[in-house]
Amino acid sequence: MTTVPLAGPPNRAGIVWSGFVMNMKMLGTSGFFLLTSVVQPVIFATIAFYMFQSGGRSGTLLYTALGAGMMGVWSTTLFASGGMIQWQRWQGTLELGVAAPPPMALVYLPFSLENAVTGAYALAATLVWGRIVFGVPLELAHPWLFTLALVATVVALGLMGLVLASTFVLYRYANAMANLLEYPVWIASGLIFSTAILPVWTRPISWVLPPYWGVLALRRAALGGDVWGPLGMVILLGAASLAISTVTFRVFEHLARDRATLSLT
Amino acid sequence: MRTWLRVFFVGGVIAFRGLFNWIRPAMYIPTMLGSPLFQLIFFTKLGQYAQAESRDFYIVGNSVQVCSMACVYGMTMAISNERQMQTLGPLLASPANRAAVFLGRGVPVLANGLLVSTFTFVVGWLLLGFRPGAAAVPPLVVIVLITVASCTCFGMVLGSVGLRAKDVFFAANLAYFLMLLFCGVNIPLNVLPGWMSAVGRCLPLTHGIAAAREVAAGASFRDVDGLVATEAFIGAVYATVGFVLFRFFENASRRNAVLDAY
Repeated sequence: MTTVPLAGPPNRAGIVWSGFVMNMKMLGTSGFFLLTSVVQPVIFATIAFYMFQSGGRSGTLLYTALGAGMMGVWSTTLFASGGMIQWQRWQGTLELGVAAPPPMALVYLPFSLENAVTGAYALAATLVWGRIVFGVPLELAHPWLFTLALVATVVALGLMGLVLASTFVLYRYANAMANLLEYPVWIASGLIFSTAILPVWTRPISWVLPPYWGVLALRRAALGGDVWGPLGMVILLGAASLAISTVTFRVFEHLARDRATLSLT
Repeated sequence: MRTWLRVFFVGGVIAFRGLFNWIRPAMYIPTMLGSPLFQLIFFTKLGQYAQAESRDFYIVGNSVQVCSMACVYGMTMAISNERQMQTLGPLLASPANRAAVFLGRGVPVLANGLLVSTFTFVVGWLLLGFRPGAAAVPPLVVIVLITVASCTCFGMVLGSVGLRAKDVFFAANLAYFLMLLFCGVNIPLNVLPGWMSAVGRCLPLTHGIAAAREVAAGASFRDVDGLVATEAFIGAVYATVGFVLFRFFENASRRNAVLDAY
């Protein structure tokens, strides 16, 4: 008689790595994400460059390029986070992910992180595009801090995407919410124009959004100014997103199982 | 003739109800109303920050352009989703007049485009202080109607391409964003390089948006009738190209036995 050994605790690093690589392969072959992470940011950056060129505000080319790039990071994170639950639901693999022994948040964490990393292509694309077509100066005031801020921002956006993804376990129209949330976060985060022109009541909304602090950290690292303050907020909000998503995944998974709505499309 | 009209109107409505992915309120409201609303706010605020054009320039440009969300995506779905749903074969096996089948699908799409544009104009009036004179409203309605029709015709071309293309929604998404760039929605054509404004002048929306801006600023319909006629002509050209492509891909797919294949 043979005995089957009981499975040990999940290899968390292995789960994160394999999920990350698998999602990278899936997004890498998707025309939609090529559009979202490269083509769309370049188009929006071009629109913004021409608007600033024809307007009266000067010295804003690098400011605009960074903002347009961050818009692409957010779009990719948003659509991919909404999509990763919805597509698995359509493909019939969502139940397998939920039934797997590791916590659901851990199963989808690497997917969400990879979504944000794919989104970072947008920043590279707009900076290169801005440099070649519009002659955007790419001299960074603090290159190392810029790299640090970029990594922290991408990870924080990935974790914010994880919170969104957890809500999509319950909400069947995740792609509709993704369509809706693209512009509001661009606006409230001040990605391409200052939030100072928005009504005062919108300020608290901006303060709880990681992209708001992320683009601030990137701009200060690129153009000069205190980076550590906004960078600290990015890390803090990223950690808060991870904590929230751990709870929401558990609660929403339970509710979806309880109502038997997990795989309903 | 009665059969033709029945296929045109009833068939068009049934096709729209069956094939338009975003018809449920939970999808329709965030996608077709929420997204245009925030697009309008985004570009109006961006223009204000860049100190580029007047507020009305962005309100009119974006309120007209958002119809392309309904027209480009809607028309693409209304034609190419037949293939996705595996109903293209039975449809094309029917003896229904092809022009009625094809053009009838544009009517609900056009109505939807008008609704989206009207909603965005109303939001501009409520939230952003857009105040065209009362005399400007009737010509504005006519201009928006013709522009939406023209944009629907452009969507017909993409929908027809979807009878053969593997991923037509990539093209539809790309077309939507490129129209934002090329059609003078947020950037005056004279600011764009020559080749870009030349491309823009061959696309729907461009002349309609220009006409709508002039009317909103106080011009009469007669002052912009040339722009409106050009917009209508461009729409007619796209409708013809769309129908020719539809018949071409139908015949080619039958000949090669790849009607529902991907």
